[in-house]
Amino acid sequence: MSSSSERSFGFETRQVHAGHIPDAETGARAVPIYQSSSFVFESTEQAARLFGLKDYGDIYTRISNPTTAVLEERLASLENATGAVVVASGMSAQFLTFLTLLEPGDEVVASSHLYGGSSTQLTHTLKKLSAKVTFVDPNDVPAWEAAITPKTKLLYGETVGNPSGSVLDLEPIGKLAKAHGIPFVVDNTLATPWLCRPADFGANIILYSATKFLSGHGNAILGAVVDAGNFDFKRTPSIAAPDPAYHNLRFYDTFGHYGFLMKLRMVSLRDVGASASPMNSFLAIQGLETLSLRMERHVYNAQKIAEFLEKHPLVEWVSYPGLASSPYHALAKKYLPRGAGGVLSFGLKGSRKQARERGVKFIEALQIFSHLANIGDVRSLVIHPASTTHQQLTAEELDAAGVPPELIRISAGIENIEDLTWDLNRALHAAFA
Amino acid sequence: MGSEQSIACSIRLNSSLTDEQKARFQNDETIRRILARRGTIAVVGLSADPQKASHFVASYFLERGWKIVPVTPRAGTILGVPTVPDLLSIREPIDVVDIFRPPEEIPGIVDQAIKIGTKAVWMQLRLIDIPAAEKALAAGLDVVVDRCIKMEHGRYGGGLHSAGMNTEIISARRRKL
Repeated sequence: MSSSSERSFGFETRQVHAGHIPDAETGARAVPIYQSSSFVFESTEQAARLFGLKDYGDIYTRISNPTTAVLEERLASLENATGAVVVASGMSAQFLTFLTLLEPGDEVVASSHLYGGSSTQLTHTLKKLSAKVTFVDPNDVPAWEAAITPKTKLLYGETVGNPSGSVLDLEPIGKLAKAHGIPFVVDNTLATPWLCRPADFGANIILYSATKFLSGHGNAILGAVVDAGNFDFKRTPSIAAPDPAYHNLRFYDTFGHYGFLMKLRMVSLRDVGASASPMNSFLAIQGLETLSLRMERHVYNAQKIAEFLEKHPLVEWVSYPGLASSPYHALAKKYLPRGAGGVLSFGLKGSRKQARERGVKFIEALQIFSHLANIGDVRSLVIHPASTTHQQLTAEELDAAGVPPELIRISAGIENIEDLTWDLNRALHAAFA
Repeated sequence: MGSEQSIACSIRLNSSLTDEQKARFQNDETIRRILARRGTIAVVGLSADPQKASHFVASYFLERGWKIVPVTPRAGTILGVPTVPDLLSIREPIDVVDIFRPPEEIPGIVDQAIKIGTKAVWMQLRLIDIPAAEKALAAGLDVVVDRCIKMEHGRYGGGLHSAGMNTEIISARRRKL
């Protein structure tokens, strides 16, 4: 058994090895899929000890599973973190984090550039739990500070906003959270730990939709909550106070730096039941093994596509933090030095009146790009929000939502770059034919 | 591209120890040496309350074949073992003295631990007294500060992994039965 005192292994080694040591009985090299709802107890006494959290072990896949545990430790290792809990989806990862940290009457300060589904969950679903959110311009640090009240229990933003392409200035917001003694929660879905580790810049809890670049093959819905281990929950009532949902256990006293994740798993996940399926965890593990290789190609292709579109006569604007023209270019250089992610958006030229119609023609002329509502697949993906996800909105409402009618979002896959620009060029001409 | 840019990773735990202190008092080899002894653990400040961290730790080690000695002024038995009021009252060899008492009591406990010839002193999470730790180290004891002995056992035994935690153990070699 080798360990960290002998060597700190690199990222590329960790993405294929961390969290999985071949088991003694079979020696299986690939991670086995433990497709089992439950696990047989050794004895009645052992069962009681497991339920009392006096011992480690699997009881029921709603709470933990040996295949999923490999994904959890691997993600935690890539993030240099204390641990992780993998759950059914990115949305449930976010919800379980809030459910674990917030009490009725508590508040969240969040970036206004969040993914639409996230901001709806914060605005409407959290309201049902009597928690309130205040949205602020993500890079207006004084606005974050002004929005913090004594009831604020966490700050929340995305490393790279989707689809805005804004890069969050993590460091000053991390300092702000620290000064107020509250955790800084960051959704790092678009960056992945290969492009940015938010905890290096003061983030404390990292969230993922693992459906996207982490898995990378568009075949499993999954999410993850990662605790970087750099926040002390000593004065966080939801973690430090006796928990009536677990016979008055004090998670912080009993589990120390593992307290937050233990509570998230043993109370929030147990009660909500948004569990990962072992098969999906296996698929995500397969994806994670090539994360650095895929991300290198994703960011290379995204950069090339952004540069191609910026020069194209039928394109009005391109939003990608990897372009010198982006207002977020300097932040991307600081936080995402290996590349500004695989997602970009652009606007078709011409009058706004015809934008919806042209968008439809553009999408329908593409041959290699898949028209669907996802990002972070090895295949290139495209969507025109004004004619699909946001089609019920007026032009003014689209502007307010940050998705003008001419906006097309692209998630660059890992295909041949000349094939991708060939396809885009054809479709652009078709849109204006 | 590739390994030249690879990141040297180390686990983050919210310990207040400096890096230099961590190297001495959270040393991986020291921890594994202590855990490999599988002998007798004196739990100073063991609570009879099953929901207290000290009780979690003692019952965990008892279950794994360690002997425990509850050290508390409270007369009686805890987990079926008679209590002793202090370390000096123990009449058997002790492998590790595990401390669950506030920092102000630690120097006295460490003095007694050295006197009874224990092989190791362990200060649990956030129970930190560096001068006392230095003294124990100078007396030739293995010393661990600001870690949980149960969680460290779980790190090497696989239990912590099953809870989704980062054990920092990376190996392609088959586990031994």
